Amino acid sequence: MLLANLAILVLAGFVGFAVISKVPNTLHTPLMSGTNAIHGIVLLGGILVLGVDQDLSAFDKFLLVVAIAFGTINVVGGFLVTDRMLGMFKGKQPAKAGREGEKGTAQR
Amino acid sequence: MITVILGLYIIAFALFIYGLMGLTGPRTAVRGNLIAAAGMGLAVLATLLIPGVGNWALIVLGVVLGTVVGVPAAKQVKMTAMPQMVALFNGVGGGAVALIAWVEFNSTAGFAGEPTYVMVSSLFGAIVGSVSFWGSLVAFGKLQGVVPSRPISLGQPQQVVNALVLIGAVACAVTIGLGGSAELLIIGTLLFAAALGLLVVLPIGGADMPVVISLLNALTGLSAAAAGLALNNTAMIVAGMIVGASGSILTNLMAKAMNRSIPAIVAGGFGGGGVAVGSSELGDKTVRETNAADAAVQMAYGNEVIVVPGYGMAVAQAQHTVRDMAKLLEDKGVEVKYAIHPVAGRMPGHMNVLLAEADVPYEQLKEMDEINDEFARADVALVIGANDVTNPAARNDPNSPIHGMPILNVDRSKSVIVLKRSMSPGFAGIENELYYSPNTAMLFGDAKSSVESVIEELKAL
Repeated sequence: MLLANLAILVLAGFVGFAVISKVPNTLHTPLMSGTNAIHGIVLLGGILVLGVDQDLSAFDKFLLVVAIAFGTINVVGGFLVTDRMLGMFKGKQPAKAGREGEKGTAQR
Repeated sequence: MITVILGLYIIAFALFIYGLMGLTGPRTAVRGNLIAAAGMGLAVLATLLIPGVGNWALIVLGVVLGTVVGVPAAKQVKMTAMPQMVALFNGVGGGAVALIAWVEFNSTAGFAGEPTYVMVSSLFGAIVGSVSFWGSLVAFGKLQGVVPSRPISLGQPQQVVNALVLIGAVACAVTIGLGGSAELLIIGTLLFAAALGLLVVLPIGGADMPVVISLLNALTGLSAAAAGLALNNTAMIVAGMIVGASGSILTNLMAKAMNRSIPAIVAGGFGGGGVAVGSSELGDKTVRETNAADAAVQMAYGNEVIVVPGYGMAVAQAQHTVRDMAKLLEDKGVEVKYAIHPVAGRMPGHMNVLLAEADVPYEQLKEMDEINDEFARADVALVIGANDVTNPAARNDPNSPIHGMPILNVDRSKSVIVLKRSMSPGFAGIENELYYSPNTAMLFGDAKSSVESVIEELKAL
């Protein structure tokens, strides 16, 4: 099991290297924010331990709820913020009616 | 069932990778982000299908709590505060890994009977996750202005102290490895790692913060992958490692755009000795102050005006006002362009986001390499709250801490007007000799109100 997982780990690393080759400067921030959202995958860890582990103390459960909350913040916050940032770039094309609402929130 | 879950995971990986590829191109970025988000949804769903998952109430509680906090935060954050928001989101991810490792330790009585690799990767996750959490909090504090953005360091002993703290964390972890099961050991590991996170990020100047956030982002990815190894969860391994690897590349790209090396940034002390030298040299030079009327006349009767936006514009939320001013100038036949330094503001791309928000036509936004030769032809370079990215010391003064950083050649234009709140130095804490140059005039005040008064004057012309 460990060897298979290590193989997956190494290959995933190469995929990560390969995906990011040329990025325009303007997209550095959204890309960082997007990858940031993806490591919110730790949410799964919280769910797994809390869901499957049988002998958890009340304190452990508390820690895990916090961990799941943290992971969820990471995921939903990360993707939403990235989407908002990228929404700003759409300005290149003629403005769409649907963007007006988003601009309203951005200016608040 | 396991096959179904693995199948769903594999689809999720494909979505992550495809989504990330989309995020690297301007036209596909929005879709890429949505695709990656869909992958995440699928991965969560698949995990909930794993046989034997219970404690539903608590799982739902955690997810609801996270959603209630995360969604409004992400929806309401101002575009100017985006960088620190990313830091915060990154931090909580690292925090989650650290907390999971803590619980793993507790529920297995110090990893008793667990395979070595589970213990090693859990402890690795605990240390790196904790470093990332506390480091990100400092980065957030610095960008938010809660913590002073200038480097806060212990001076020479800094590296020694950092090393000792790291040794402390590793020593606690090794003791656990040798069979220690006191809860104090895992708490010690987390606390030493926390101290390390604080000590490493505090001495780093605000100007380097984007790179630091990106680095911490990559670290959180690695810690997530480690947690995945410990929990034998393929989705966490793959997603975490992809972020770890792509995050490192991105960190490198960003550091290159600022002409900084990652080791130099992490070693800290940006803007140490050079600051004092700079300010004493410039002490006796004078600054020319101008007013809105004069600025309006200069720009209205020029052929080309290049606007150089920086963090000052972002803070004052002046992007819409700047856009209005540019419209007025264009009506008078003046060509207006925007020079975007790759790291203007607090993050690469920060200015593009703000100006796009204000509906500035994309064709007018010029990247540094594209516009740098044009400054010599411009009648006026209007610097709005940008500082370090215009500092000629980066070109001329080998002793300057920012020497070698690519800058906008603002000083080569016929006339420079700088909108600035006061003479205080910029984010990097370095004096800007541009302000003392004979063809530079300063227009002091809040960027937005300054531009508004320029607009008034333009209308009166």
